[in-house]
Amino acid sequence: MKAAISWRCCDATSCRAAGAAALRHSLVAQHGAERVKSVGCLRLCGQGPLAAADHEDGRVELFGGVAAERQLDPQHPFFTLQRSVVLERCGLVDPGCLEDALAQGAYAALAVCRQLAPKAVVEELERSGLRGRGGAGYPTGRKWQLVAAQPGSSKVVVCNADEGDPGAFMDRAVLEGDPHRLLEGMAIAAHAVGANEGYIYVRAEYPLAIERLRGAIAAAEARGLLAGFAMQLRIGAGAYVCGEETALLHSIEGGRGTPRPRPPYPAVSGLWGLPTLINNVETFAAVPAILRQGGAWYGAMGTATSKGTKVFALSGAITHTGLIEVEMGTSLRTIVETMGGGVPANPNGSLGVVKAVQTGGPSGGCVPAALLDTPVDYEGLQALGSIMGSGGMVVIDESLAMPELARYFMGFCVAESCGKCLPCRAGTVQLEQLLDRFVERRATGADLVQLEQLCGMVKATSLCGLGQSAPNPVLSTLRFFRAEYEAAIAGAGP
Amino acid sequence: MTQASPSITLQINGQPCTVAADATLLQAIRSAGLQVPTLCHLDGLTPVGACRLCLVDLEGHPKLEPACVTTAAEGMVVHTHTPELESYRRMAVELFFAEGNHVCAFCVANGACELQDVAVEVGMDHSRFPYQYPKRHVDASHALFGLDHHRCILCTRCVRMCDEIEGAHVWDVGYRGSACSIIAGLDQPWGEVEACTSCGKCVDACPTGALFRKQDATAEKQPHPERAQQLAEARTDRRWHNQ
Ligand SMILES: Cc1cc2nc3c(=O)[nH]c(=O)nc-3n(C[C@H](O)[C@H](O)[C@H](O)COP(=O)(O)O)c2cc1C
Ligand code: SF4
Ligand code: SF4
Ligand code: SF4
Ligand code: FES
Ligand code: FES
Repeated sequence: MKAAISWRCCDATSCRAAGAAALRHSLVAQHGAERVKSVGCLRLCGQGPLAAADHEDGRVELFGGVAAERQLDPQHPFFTLQRSVVLERCGLVDPGCLEDALAQGAYAALAVCRQLAPKAVVEELERSGLRGRGGAGYPTGRKWQLVAAQPGSSKVVVCNADEGDPGAFMDRAVLEGDPHRLLEGMAIAAHAVGANEGYIYVRAEYPLAIERLRGAIAAAEARGLLAGFAMQLRIGAGAYVCGEETALLHSIEGGRGTPRPRPPYPAVSGLWGLPTLINNVETFAAVPAILRQGGAWYGAMGTATSKGTKVFALSGAITHTGLIEVEMGTSLRTIVETMGGGVPANPNGSLGVVKAVQTGGPSGGCVPAALLDTPVDYEGLQALGSIMGSGGMVVIDESLAMPELARYFMGFCVAESCGKCLPCRAGTVQLEQLLDRFVERRATGADLVQLEQLCGMVKATSLCGLGQSAPNPVLSTLRFFRAEYEAAIAGAGP
Repeated sequence: MTQASPSITLQINGQPCTVAADATLLQAIRSAGLQVPTLCHLDGLTPVGACRLCLVDLEGHPKLEPACVTTAAEGMVVHTHTPELESYRRMAVELFFAEGNHVCAFCVANGACELQDVAVEVGMDHSRFPYQYPKRHVDASHALFGLDHHRCILCTRCVRMCDEIEGAHVWDVGYRGSACSIIAGLDQPWGEVEACTSCGKCVDACPTGALFRKQDATAEKQPHPERAQQLAEARTDRRWHNQ
């Protein structure tokens, strides 16, 4: 076997935790430092630490484990069915090296954009059909258009890199693996809407992402790449509610991270009262590719209402845990069974069975195994009472009871509620206690009625998205797994 | 003569109603002689939309909106008391009672409490939700006033009163979720916060018996919710200017 010409070593959080430093060390000792480069996530995080060997003829070999003892199959559908747009350079470039990013096309789209009228840039975005990847799926081009149309010469671009959903690590992968891509996307947005200031709001639990962003901002500024656009990093303490846009803006201003009623929307009155464009990391990260290859190219991928690609974090009871980027509209079955390899076999050798897939984190819901052929897009998931959310996908097997899953997410909302409005602050506490009764099989029929009524109330009356969506995991498991709740009642009877 | 400001017409519970173009729905509802329960709102202070009691139904609008922070618009069709709203409001009041320790018989504000009034208004006779009996504390460190956290409903009226009207910003909210509480200074005993001018405005703003004057015994607290507006208006009208 011919020796590889170079090695790429994953140096992202999950692989670091699995021993990436030791793997890198041994590769450097064998092949020399100049042949080993650090890169971002190589996708199959569950087999980490990961290293890729690049051969002269273009062949790639993939290894997992500290001693690179596990050879992985790059021809597995987990890799071949991916469609990398947002992650096109993640795993290829050294996130700490501007030269490397530039050599692989970073900032090329920005240079072209700056020659274009801002209006043309917004139009290209609208043509792409890109929708916000932070959860709500608002059309990005329309949001840019709104901010661009605001009067005044002082505007702000904000990147929401708070990523607080349990089971989600898509944004972290972009920040750690290709930070220049985010800066480029934000600088393009700034040109398009007429902003001169930018903020990236990252949670303090992402120290590596923060370090890489700091380095990237300094390097890009030193090169004059961000000319006319002052970029700042803001570190949040890591509260889920600070991902809510108005709370995030309060937090940047130095206030308490609590949401306020909208309108006014940030596009009209945001940070310091200025028109503010706020988008998610993945949304900004899609922008350079869209402007380089055209809105029509991007819009040709995906489904009628959900264009392009989406990054998902696959975890839970699944054989291949990791990060995938696929075209919108790919079925859950393809993702979970073909790419993810389904539920691992039980210790006794019998095949594992998928019970449901939880999407959208604490705001989302469960899609039962019988509906795995659902195409993954905004409308498809919504029709099932779940949501795309930011892209966490947790596979659930038969060992987990649904009231327990619902209680887990409710506990998360209880802990993360900001406490400003009553339904969320006090309602989630009562919901969690009601769910306790089901988990402990001491619920009554009246508890089930109460559970449903209170879910309806909290959903309809809470101030922000946290409270408005906190009941979703309960409602969705009630919809498809009601029998489990009813059994818990029967269990309490004489 | 007051300046003629542009006005708009909307419909509330089937009744046409004309208000100034910048009026909130709450102002419109009240000007039509109608009522919707409120707790966090106090005329004269910046509205925050936190208690969610004033939610109303707007025809053709997918979400319920709080009347206190929503601007009235031409042609709006508003409903303040649909069966759905009434049921949600009642649940909200039950949740308020269940999350604190509201033993009215032993409260300074008994008979003069807005939480009680709202409970009567929505027809709440008991709570379906189990009481949480939280273990909170009483801050009696101030020479003149006290704060019983058990009776605090986190409406933040005291916070806004002290900040916006008195200008001392003694109060704020600390912690999160059900652990939220009103804090003085840097979470100090109230009596140790030098910024406090002992003006008593926060006590006047408090809708329950949470903030009280030390000399008040059970059922003796006099509510003064009108003070915020009086002071705010006096200030905008420059009533004390060069008199
Ligand atoms: C409780 C809550 C948490 C949120 N957390 C995040 C987050 O971590 N990251 C994010 O991008 N958006 C989050 N959002 C959505 C944002 O408020 C906002 O819609 C988004 O950043 C807009 O960007 P987009 O249009 O690119 O999706 C959250 C919303 C709510 C209600
Ligand atoms: S819904 Fe929850 S998180 Fe949102 S404002 Fe209300 S208490 Fe805060
Ligand atoms: S007494 Fe006056 S200054 Fe002191 S906390 Fe209350 S409102 Fe603020
Ligand atoms: S102390 Fe009174 S005014 Fe202040 S938040 Fe509590 S209930 Fe409201
Ligand atoms: S973090 Fe290394 S493969 Fe994802
Ligand atoms: S009075 Fe409107 S939300 Fe409290």
